[in-house]
Amino acid sequence: MLASMGVSEQTPYVIISYVVTLGGIAVFAWRMLARARKIAPQVSEEDRPWT
Amino acid sequence: MPDLSPVSIARPTGTRVSRVLGIASLVGIVWLVVFGLFLSPNDATQKAGVRILYIHVPSAWLAYLAFIVTGISSAAYLFKRTRSLTWDRIAGASAEVGVLFMGVTLVSGSLWGRISWGIYWTWDSRLTTTAFLFVTYIGYLAVRGLGGTHQQRARRSAIIALLATLEVPLVHFSVKWWRPLHQQESVAEGKLNGLMLFTLFVGIIAFTLLYVWLVLHRQRVLAMEDALDDQGLDTALAERRAEGAQI
Amino acid sequence: MSTWRIARLIAAKDLRIELRSRVVTNQVLPFAALVMVMFAFALDNDNVLTRVAPGLVWLATMFSMLVLVQRSFAVESADGALDALQVAGVRPAGIFLGKSMALAAQLAVLEVVLLLAAIVLYQAEVAWSGAVLLVTTFVAATTGLAFVGTLYGGLAAGAKGRETLLPLLMLPVVAPVLIGATRATEAAFGTNGASSSEGWPWIGLLALFAALFGTGGTLAFGSLIDE
Repeated sequence: MLASMGVSEQTPYVIISYVVTLGGIAVFAWRMLARARKIAPQVSEEDRPWT
Repeated sequence: MPDLSPVSIARPTGTRVSRVLGIASLVGIVWLVVFGLFLSPNDATQKAGVRILYIHVPSAWLAYLAFIVTGISSAAYLFKRTRSLTWDRIAGASAEVGVLFMGVTLVSGSLWGRISWGIYWTWDSRLTTTAFLFVTYIGYLAVRGLGGTHQQRARRSAIIALLATLEVPLVHFSVKWWRPLHQQESVAEGKLNGLMLFTLFVGIIAFTLLYVWLVLHRQRVLAMEDALDDQGLDTALAERRAEGAQI
Repeated sequence: MSTWRIARLIAAKDLRIELRSRVVTNQVLPFAALVMVMFAFALDNDNVLTRVAPGLVWLATMFSMLVLVQRSFAVESADGALDALQVAGVRPAGIFLGKSMALAAQLAVLEVVLLLAAIVLYQAEVAWSGAVLLVTTFVAATTGLAFVGTLYGGLAAGAKGRETLLPLLMLPVVAPVLIGATRATEAAFGTNGASSSEGWPWIGLLALFAALFGTGGTLAFGSLIDE
């Protein structure tokens, strides 16, 4: 049954590589945005020329 | 304390452009996962292993692009006419993102190697150069954290980045001559059919957009950190002056 | 004062300090010899040791070099001597070349000791036909290592946690020297049936490396040590 779903002994490797890649990027992005949110109130408007 | 609307507090480094970029890359990645994991067929020789390539190849390509951007931005900072701390921050943001992408590339590459070659690692020139780049840019990030004024940090790290960039060919060729017998092409030999190529293509586009989004935001966070540093210095100076006036 | 004269003065000063303090002879050289003995414990097989002797000589050189570089700049930053030199208007290029020369001299002593250790302890055989190649390898590799050591040592000198930062920065950078010098030394030794003609391309790599970091250091040293 597992074979019919396309599950093979390679599947764990594939899953892990996707989880590590996308998870790693997500953690990085999350921490970056959290940091931005934390320090933004202390930074004045003219120091954020993109707004 | 500056007056900020709730929206700009919630997304302090976001703009309309970055939001569009972010949504586009998110859509691209969902697409990549759906096609890469479910809708694309198994490869005739690599079987399911080919699915790793859909994220491995884009992340590897982005890691290299990130370091090229760091090199160019560093050169732009050192060049007097274009000297600006923005270049330095782009270099730093790009290196951070590059280290991230290179780290996940090494992991997904090892996993791919395990199921295609039966081994996690082989000392061919491409793999070794990649590992070398990874360690070197971790060192570069450490140099950025050495302290001093923003200008000192920028000059120092720009020089280190340029030296690292110039050394990459030396490493590549030394490793290539080191083990001439063990050469193994690390790119898939098999023929990818239309849907597979398309999935890979989607992956590259999605990761490129993601890279731009990450660097854009990270660079803005770095700008805020620098501004915060300056403010801290100003406050300290003002306090010191006030102390002096009291006496 | 010309840059060369500054360089010679600084090199002479560094070497004089080392001769008087005897840290190199009493601590660094014994450490290097100890590393060679430890390698023998780890690779407990005469055949293996003879085969990998060239690589171990260079590996031990690089580890001991970390200590030498720390020392070279601990001397400077202890009393703010590096800053004083700069304030006095001494050209950074001169400082860089001088400290590189002193470091190269110390490395050369270290390498000779390690080479002798390899011959005595690991039964490494040096053929006379490979002598020219061997000397050239040592000169080229030592020059490159001295430049890199001074460049990154100066960068890390003023920093907090420099003891841990230096290996992280320096070891990846000297990787091509490790590969190149090991292969060239193998060719000179005739290890694994290598002929000495195989060694010369590696000399080119080592020379290129030395030229890159020599130029880079001479141009950029001032910016790197600027506090």
